[in-house]
Amino acid sequence: MTQNFRLKNGGLINRDKKLSFKFNGKSYFGFEGDTLASALLANGVHLVGRSFKYHRPRGFFGAGVDEPYAIVQLYRNGETEPNIKATEQELFDGLEAKSVNCWPSVNFDIGAINNFLKIFLPAGFYYKTFMWPKSFWYRVYEPFIRKAAGLGVASTKHDKERYEHKYDYCDLLITGSGPSGLASAYAAAKNGAKVILAEDKPRFGGTLLTSDVNIGNQSGKDWSESIISELKEMPNVTVKNRSQIFGYYDHNMLVMSEKVSDHLPKTKKYHPNKRLWYIRAKEVLISSGSIERPIVFGNNDTPGVMLSSAAKEYLKVYGVLVGKKPLVFTNNDSGYETAIEFKKNGVDPVVLDTRKNPNSEIVDEARDLGIDIKYSYVVVAAKGYKKVKSADIASISEDKRQLGKIERFKCDCICVSGFWTPTIHLASQSGNKTQFKDEIDAFVPGKSKQNETTLGAANGIFSLEQTLKTSFEAGNELSKKITKTDKKISVPNVVEKKSSQHDKFWCVPLPKGKNYKRFLDFQNDVAVSDIEIALREGYRSIEHVKRYTTLGMATDQGKTSNLNGLQLVSEIENKVVPSVGHTTFRPPYTPVSIGAIVGREVGKHSKPTRKSPMHLWHEKHNAVFVDAGVWLRPRYYKNGDESLFEASKREAKNVRSNVGVCDVTTLGKIDVKGPDAAEFLNRVYTNAWLKLPVGKARYGVMLREDGIVMDDGTTTRISENHYHMTTTTAQAANVLSHLEYYLQLVWPELNVNVVSTTEQWAGAAIAGPKSRDLLQKLFPKIDVSNEGLPFMGFIEGDLFGIKARIFRISFSGELAYEVNVESDNGNFMWEKIIEVGQEFKIQPYGTEALSTLRIEMGHVAGSELDGRTIPYDNGLDGLISKKKDFIGKRSLQRSAFTAEDRQRIVGVVPLDKQTSIPEGSHLVKDDKAKLPNPKLGHISASCWSVEYDNPFSLAIMKDGKNMIGQKLFAMSPLKNKVIPVEIVSSHYVDPKGERVRS
Amino acid sequence: MRSQNEFSYGGDASVKRPLLNKEVSDQEWDNFVYNRKSLRGKHLELWQHISGCRQWIKVERDTSTHEIFRTFKADEEVA
Repeated sequence: MTQNFRLKNGGLINRDKKLSFKFNGKSYFGFEGDTLASALLANGVHLVGRSFKYHRPRGFFGAGVDEPYAIVQLYRNGETEPNIKATEQELFDGLEAKSVNCWPSVNFDIGAINNFLKIFLPAGFYYKTFMWPKSFWYRVYEPFIRKAAGLGVASTKHDKERYEHKYDYCDLLITGSGPSGLASAYAAAKNGAKVILAEDKPRFGGTLLTSDVNIGNQSGKDWSESIISELKEMPNVTVKNRSQIFGYYDHNMLVMSEKVSDHLPKTKKYHPNKRLWYIRAKEVLISSGSIERPIVFGNNDTPGVMLSSAAKEYLKVYGVLVGKKPLVFTNNDSGYETAIEFKKNGVDPVVLDTRKNPNSEIVDEARDLGIDIKYSYVVVAAKGYKKVKSADIASISEDKRQLGKIERFKCDCICVSGFWTPTIHLASQSGNKTQFKDEIDAFVPGKSKQNETTLGAANGIFSLEQTLKTSFEAGNELSKKITKTDKKISVPNVVEKKSSQHDKFWCVPLPKGKNYKRFLDFQNDVAVSDIEIALREGYRSIEHVKRYTTLGMATDQGKTSNLNGLQLVSEIENKVVPSVGHTTFRPPYTPVSIGAIVGREVGKHSKPTRKSPMHLWHEKHNAVFVDAGVWLRPRYYKNGDESLFEASKREAKNVRSNVGVCDVTTLGKIDVKGPDAAEFLNRVYTNAWLKLPVGKARYGVMLREDGIVMDDGTTTRISENHYHMTTTTAQAANVLSHLEYYLQLVWPELNVNVVSTTEQWAGAAIAGPKSRDLLQKLFPKIDVSNEGLPFMGFIEGDLFGIKARIFRISFSGELAYEVNVESDNGNFMWEKIIEVGQEFKIQPYGTEALSTLRIEMGHVAGSELDGRTIPYDNGLDGLISKKKDFIGKRSLQRSAFTAEDRQRIVGVVPLDKQTSIPEGSHLVKDDKAKLPNPKLGHISASCWSVEYDNPFSLAIMKDGKNMIGQKLFAMSPLKNKVIPVEIVSSHYVDPKGERVRS
Repeated sequence: MRSQNEFSYGGDASVKRPLLNKEVSDQEWDNFVYNRKSLRGKHLELWQHISGCRQWIKVERDTSTHEIFRTFKADEEVA
């Protein structure tokens, strides 16, 4: 294809570098410096998509961030990204893009039938129609709507690109490099302030690139280039293009998304795709300019209808004609600027001005150039389906209510200008209460909330001279206060054409007998009639109207539609716009890629990985690891082609019959020291602690104030004022904060110190009937007999020259010990245990076998202490002291906690002694009962009992105490299983606890 | 100024735990454990410098604007 709509010369593109790209499978050429939009327009392609609801053809409406239509699916270097604005995507060689929201193709879209059914799809249609029958929602309506109304498709593949986060600070952050941004940045930089200047487009200069002005005897464009190159040289200034400030948060923190690589065919090595900047600024200068707003008329969504400023930008920046027979429809002088540019490039435009006799330098210039101007004229409707072919135009009466005779006018594009809307999003996000400015029919920022100052067009100032003057001043004043330097810059001489007052006209009335759709929101297909329906149905608040009609809720967030929507509501309601008020502006200003938000925190980087000192040994011995909080723990040690089930059974069996060793380094450990340590523990735990002798351990349960079990573990008295507390792996951090809370805030009078020692100690649990024999060999000098080291005893020992702590505690329910050494010696300890243990047939065991062992013993763990259970539920009520007060005790008196049929832990065995019960299954009386089947309890943990060689589970069930012996059903609709079961004691193995004391 | 990420929120700082071993009514206990005002505006709350010195501090913060007015040490009385 040839670039038929590209001018012979002109524009800021690099015509020496031709780029090839594909759109919907077809190949085209563009130039370096093009956007996908400008390159397509150069090739005469106007049809780029289908609209969201009616699937009407969609073209280009803008030339930048405000674009509501031209959303494409982008393919780049084997990756795909949805919902990219073609007006923002820079062209690169080999770019591929496809239309979204159309099936089977953009030219023939089955969904377009909605367009003919549109009478049935008015505002609130989804809310009204798809409510009934209820069961249809999931099965019929939702899937259909999702297919019909989706935008692009997110990739399901892992994203290979890298995204970075960067944190920065500055004296002045300036959001946009148009005239106000450049002037204020320059003045502040000269005063020595640390300045960050952000521009969302690839080129700096904003409107200076397209407007016909003169600053200090240079063209606007040349002036902006000289300022930028000077700023770039200054060490106190950071200048960033392709960078959008999209959020203004508390404490003057702003977030910026920098597109580092999107304009390249492939991300450079070591470069991120995007970089997210968190910037704290002392002062924020909002110089985000303004966005042209459309005038509403019939079929104003037809491809070829676009903003007049966009048409001018395509011409001046890209050397592209959006049409060869343009019609300019304007209510102000801006439209004339576009018409003049057309004329200068050999194309004859016709201008329709809604005003009767505008009088200004710009209008005069257009007239002098011989441009055909029709005053008091409007476009009634665009004609043409996939592209504008003509327009129905008419004169309009002075009161703007009566249309004259309709004339058909042949044209291939309609450039609309309905005046300018200041971009107040950031100021509003900062908390600024905006105010309505009557002269410009739009909102501007009011009193600053945080340290933000809005400049230029964003503040409703459209004169360049005034913009430069106030911006130089603001940059100087704000930086002067920070740097104590005052280098006053003289404001350059400005030559610009004076413009006249715009016409407060925004919507063309319908001609008699015609029912054209007049769109307000182009992406979400919200028309004038939809707002009318919403108001008729009683919606009054603009926030409700927005949600009911979806006005301004599309991915462009109503940048071109919101104000006209407000005009309409105020007109129908007979209120003034400021009293209707605008909807809330929330970050982000433009869509931000999820990858940029996540940054580097993906996969392994999403959280720290902690490994025990014995990790390498586990790896070498075929351990299969599992995440336990932030730790990696061996789940089982794979022997040959064993499965998880086989391996864990073997390991658990070996503990029951010989001896096993398990890495328990990950257990939380807290040193509790001080003269009041015993008193403190006595308040923290539910049981009594004052009389624990030195050299003894005790099991304790701690509650939250609401009576729910927080954690459990053993605590050992190492010496008079020194206790060694252990917590579960998962709760270690919470328990430490909990203890600190009480010591610092509730009982500061207690002389106690707590510190985490989790990393200081490596731990190995030695469990099994032969563990004592093994321990004796490891510590030949110590009396490890039942008398010398009784159950819950503690002793220090020497492990081949290394200091070790030996605790006689057991989680597996077997005779067991836990040996701790300093972390650096962990691997030495482990290897010694394995080496010496060979003669006792020692095997390492992982968390799966550990679970099996504790479950069949009825020992509770995280799956029972799940933040919903009290001590009684877990059979731990025997540990509640009646004599003393402790954290959470008062809550245990609550009636639900003392109810006769309170839930309690039980054991569950399948009747067939074969079928494992899925965790999470519900216990029910009758498996055939009508839904919802009353739930009696749930399975908290399941294992294969190695003692009895059949499945065994723990459950928390209502009135568990009286349920032993009952025959019930365990149902798992998720796994489609119904298993007849019997309720037994939770202490399935060794109910009297004889083994641990043997 | 420290980043908010270093801190962890700890709830209303004006709540006083009833003394140990003191008889408290159900209502008093419920007020201590559950009932909170959820204020809009100035709020005295607890934060812990969890990724730093591990001190609990009291912070007077505006819940709607996030503005921070005053901070107090754990054992400091709020005037």
